[in-house]
Amino acid sequence: MTTADYKTLPVFRRSLTAKVRLLIFVAVSLAMLVADLRFRYLEELRQGLSVLTYPLQMLASQPTDFVRNASIYFATLAKVQLENAELRRNQTDVAERLLRFERLEEENTALRQLLAMAGKVKTQGVAAEVLYDAPDPFTRKVILDRGALHGVEPGLAVIDARGVVGQVTRIYPIQSEVTLLTDRDQAIPVQIERNQLRGVMFGTGHGKLELRFVLATADVRPGDRLVTSGLDGVFIPGLPVAVIETVERDTDAFARIACKPIAAVEQSTRVLVLGRQVLPPPRPQAEAAAKPGAEAQDRARRPARGRNRD
Amino acid sequence: MQLTNRSNRILLPVKVWFVYSSLIVALGLDYVPTGRIPGIPDWVALVLAFWCIREPRVVSMGAGFFFGVLVDIGQGAAMGQHALAYVVLAYLANDLSRRVLWFPAFLQALHALPMLLAVQALMVVVRLIAGSEFPGWWYFLSSFTGVLLWVPLTYLLLLPQFQPVERDENRPI
Repeated sequence: MTTADYKTLPVFRRSLTAKVRLLIFVAVSLAMLVADLRFRYLEELRQGLSVLTYPLQMLASQPTDFVRNASIYFATLAKVQLENAELRRNQTDVAERLLRFERLEEENTALRQLLAMAGKVKTQGVAAEVLYDAPDPFTRKVILDRGALHGVEPGLAVIDARGVVGQVTRIYPIQSEVTLLTDRDQAIPVQIERNQLRGVMFGTGHGKLELRFVLATADVRPGDRLVTSGLDGVFIPGLPVAVIETVERDTDAFARIACKPIAAVEQSTRVLVLGRQVLPPPRPQAEAAAKPGAEAQDRARRPARGRNRD
Repeated sequence: MQLTNRSNRILLPVKVWFVYSSLIVALGLDYVPTGRIPGIPDWVALVLAFWCIREPRVVSMGAGFFFGVLVDIGQGAAMGQHALAYVVLAYLANDLSRRVLWFPAFLQALHALPMLLAVQALMVVVRLIAGSEFPGWWYFLSSFTGVLLWVPLTYLLLLPQFQPVERDENRPI
């Protein structure tokens, strides 16, 4: 037996120095940030790893669930009776309007058939409750208590009793994340109810909205109501969005138009997740003109649902 | 290891499983939905900074990165935002560990404050570059509340390492 067979044990642990490891980790983190924020590559990774964190999250949400249930339990009888009376009053009011609505809908269908227009867009809705504000303080998002298992899909519109609140941006199995209209990254195509002028509305991040890319010479007045135009193929046309507050025309080629949301965007607790069952036909593309036959076949094969929602 | 270098109390060696379970508990506390109430401490950052100062050989940047990614997922933040911040925090805490441990607990807290603030500032810078809105100055309150908890946290997390005092001729401390 020779001593050469024995390996010498290392006296000092040799590895990368702290600064090198810091550089490596920082580089990896920055790469992840860019991949996530710019290119949205990491959604699958996020969904995959959320399986790990999900039990802990469920456990952590117990205290707030308890507080909410307790506050419901201890609501006084008088308050409930008042609310009940209010609801009964509303009920009669709404019933009358519903009757009128049904008659109008029938009339509308008949007229549309006469005009040979496409049938009115059918909708599906999921009633949901806002659980809490999303913890990320850099955005305006809320978490709903309905998720993929209840039929919520990313891209659907979220409305309350008065108008549009936001859009579903991320789904979990039994929860979903809604980006509110007032978030800085949120945009929604709208038109002015009075003259059908179209535009795109952006959140400003301070509870206000801004109608951008409208020419300074356009016919826009404070007090105009803005509704969804439905051109994106995601939102149903005609949902109330905002009221114009101020119009400044002396700044640029475009007017600066500040708006106030109609819905209680950051306060509503009961909302409806609303989606189109049938999306409008896809937009004609440049290649379609060149190869009309092949493109039409290809379009027929692809399912209409799910398009325009990425 | 001693509580501080002036203390004459010798602690038992740390148990690695306890370190990581305390980090997991902190992760759970971070997941508690508190809405937009300012001043809720970032528990993972706090516990991570504590262990990185206390036990630089057990906890370092790898743990910071891993728990950072988990916080990003749970909070719906940008992937890598907390990971980046916690890696820098772990580096700073490891680096200053030899210095900070000379001080009593409340002075250690004063050392932790700039680290926690730097971490929050880093996250704000990253998100502002990405185009998010500024969350307001109240956002930084959570570092201060975290630092207030440093002294109780020190005794809580070191509790398993304290041993009963049995002084005799052969063992004076």
